[in-house]
Amino acid sequence: MVLVFVEASKGHFKKAALEAVTYGKKVATALGTDCAALTLGNVEEAGQLGQYGASKVYNVAGIAAFDSQVYATVIAEAVKQTGATVVVLSHTSTGKSLAGRLAVRLGAGLVSGANSLPEINGGFKVKKSVFSGKAIAHYDIKSPIKVISLMGNALPPEKSGSDVAVTPLSISTPASRVTVKAVKTADGIVPLPEAELVVSAGRGLKGPENWGIIEDLATALNATTACSRPVADAHWRPHHEHVGQTGVAIRPNLYIAVGISGAIQHLAGVNNSRVIVVINKDAEAPFFKAADYGVIGDAFEVVPRLTEAVKKYKAGH
Amino acid sequence: MKILVFVSQTPDTTAKISFNADSTEFNSAGVQYIMNPYDEWYALVRAIDLAKATGGTVTLINVGGAESEQIIRKGLALDANDAVRIDMQSKSGMNTAFQIAEYAKSKGYDIIFTGKETIDHNGSEVGAMIAEYLDMPFISYTSKLDMSGTTATVERDIEGGVEIVEVQTPFVISAAKGMAEQRIPNMMGIMKAKSKPLSVVAAQPFADLAVISKFDLPPAKAGVKMVNPEDMEELVRLLHEEAKVI
Ligand SMILES: Cc1cc2nc3c(=O)[nH]c(=O)nc-3n(C[C@H](O)[C@H](O)[C@H](O)COP(=O)(O)OP(=O)(O)OC[C@H]3O[C@@H](n4cnc5c(N)ncnc54)[C@H](O)[C@@H]3O)c2cc1C
Ligand SMILES: Nc1ncnc2c1ncn2[C@@H]1O[C@H](COP(=O)(O)O)[C@@H](O)[C@H]1O
Repeated sequence: MVLVFVEASKGHFKKAALEAVTYGKKVATALGTDCAALTLGNVEEAGQLGQYGASKVYNVAGIAAFDSQVYATVIAEAVKQTGATVVVLSHTSTGKSLAGRLAVRLGAGLVSGANSLPEINGGFKVKKSVFSGKAIAHYDIKSPIKVISLMGNALPPEKSGSDVAVTPLSISTPASRVTVKAVKTADGIVPLPEAELVVSAGRGLKGPENWGIIEDLATALNATTACSRPVADAHWRPHHEHVGQTGVAIRPNLYIAVGISGAIQHLAGVNNSRVIVVINKDAEAPFFKAADYGVIGDAFEVVPRLTEAVKKYKAGH
Repeated sequence: MKILVFVSQTPDTTAKISFNADSTEFNSAGVQYIMNPYDEWYALVRAIDLAKATGGTVTLINVGGAESEQIIRKGLALDANDAVRIDMQSKSGMNTAFQIAEYAKSKGYDIIFTGKETIDHNGSEVGAMIAEYLDMPFISYTSKLDMSGTTATVERDIEGGVEIVEVQTPFVISAAKGMAEQRIPNMMGIMKAKSKPLSVVAAQPFADLAVISKFDLPPAKAGVKMVNPEDMEELVRLLHEEAKVI
């Protein structure tokens, strides 16, 4: 069986969770087995995971705040009880804290941040992006139990079934040694690692007072904003917007880069974007080599023009 | 307070990525190596400041061959007290974590720092693994750490924000941006580093469970299509009709 640990955020599922179930279902089909989903704590409508291919949905009650040790213990026990041989998680902040622990606990080989379905003929090979997006590695998992954490946006959620009943699993939870004091998140904005559309700007914008045109474009597109490292270092923008090798790595469907030169360390965090648009006044900017669409022009003229065009398009659709 | 900091050696951020003829190994010809930025700028700098503030010590640990000694010496120059190198070329994150766990399990470290990820393997896995081997709490992607006695208050990056957690020593954390600011070793540090203890330890047997069998380069981009800066409606049309992203 393939067991997918499905993360819920405030009792609900995010896209990454549905992607993980879709992936788990496809792996199960390839192996000729079933896919089951595992939820922890109080989760509403867990049975809906059936729609994405889970033939069973398990729930372990009585788990509140996240602690990698508690979660890993419980998930490992669920793996034993269900006899699962493949465990799938999302490569999110939760998944990254868990996957390594779980792999050690289960004596299982791990591929973290996998972005393709496994190749299963004799062996079990999974691909992931390495060298910050500059290469792809094929991992061979040799252990009987396998753990895979799935990179976000690697495949779209796909419906293939209908709601199922939730089966409670009885597993005792160890005491947590971590106390969550507070969670601070900006509401209403899609976080960068999950964003499908991103508008990003660099030093070409000259100063923080000029970010209005970037925010207007992002609002028109319903996109999330990002920035280059010098921009965050100069505190023109908050640190969590910094993308690149030493910031957040993202893989949206669309990345619009305004006034960013395209240094290799910047590209390392964004080169897995499906489509890249570069707006730069310098025709020689290295970013054009990594772009799908390029606009040579002054950001202060081109960006408002693009925002208007987006608004016009949205009004007509 | 005894602090252990993991330091790994990675190709420089501008290194050209290529592989040997049968694509099974990274081609290191002409490549400069550096200390993994997350280990150096964030984990190590914070660890050193913390040790200074509390009268503690910082030990560096690396799993690697003699070629990693350059980055270990740099870490010592930044003011770590001593260092250990476990002599092997590890083929998996789990092997690395296992080796360090074998060494560290009887040493009584209070805080173990790793970087959030290595910039070559992008695993984000070694920290969680060492925590499991040593049965310690693990806080990933931390951007702030304050100690008061044996209690730590830690900020960890989550999607779209931060989570603030409290944990007692001993624990493992992986350091991300925000934890500290990049620092350059000074002359005095570099001189002193030369005589600081660096012990080399033999590796223990371990059977890898997941290893890289082959590398590929990503498919080349089709090439950029230039759009007239006066005509942004055309760009929107292309993004909708051709690229199908809006
Ligand atoms: C180890 C290491 C790690 C790093 N990690 C990262 C990272 O994670 N992320 C990151 O971003 N950087 C990173 N960097 C820094 C990186 O090397 C570059 O310095 C940085 O990305 C440059 O930022 P920028 O493109 O905003 O600025 P610049 O390089 O100064 O580029 C500004 C661009 O704006 C254009 N421009 C100017 N005015 C206008 C205008 N009016 N209209 C349109 N275009 C205009 C210019 O032509 C230029 O191309 C790292 C560096 C190192 C050494
Ligand atoms: N060979 C190694 N020696 C010491 N520490 C390592 C080694 N490999 C990885 N690490 C540590 O583990 C962190 C995460 O690595 P990874 O899981 O490979 O992304 C790195 O930032 C280092 O702190």
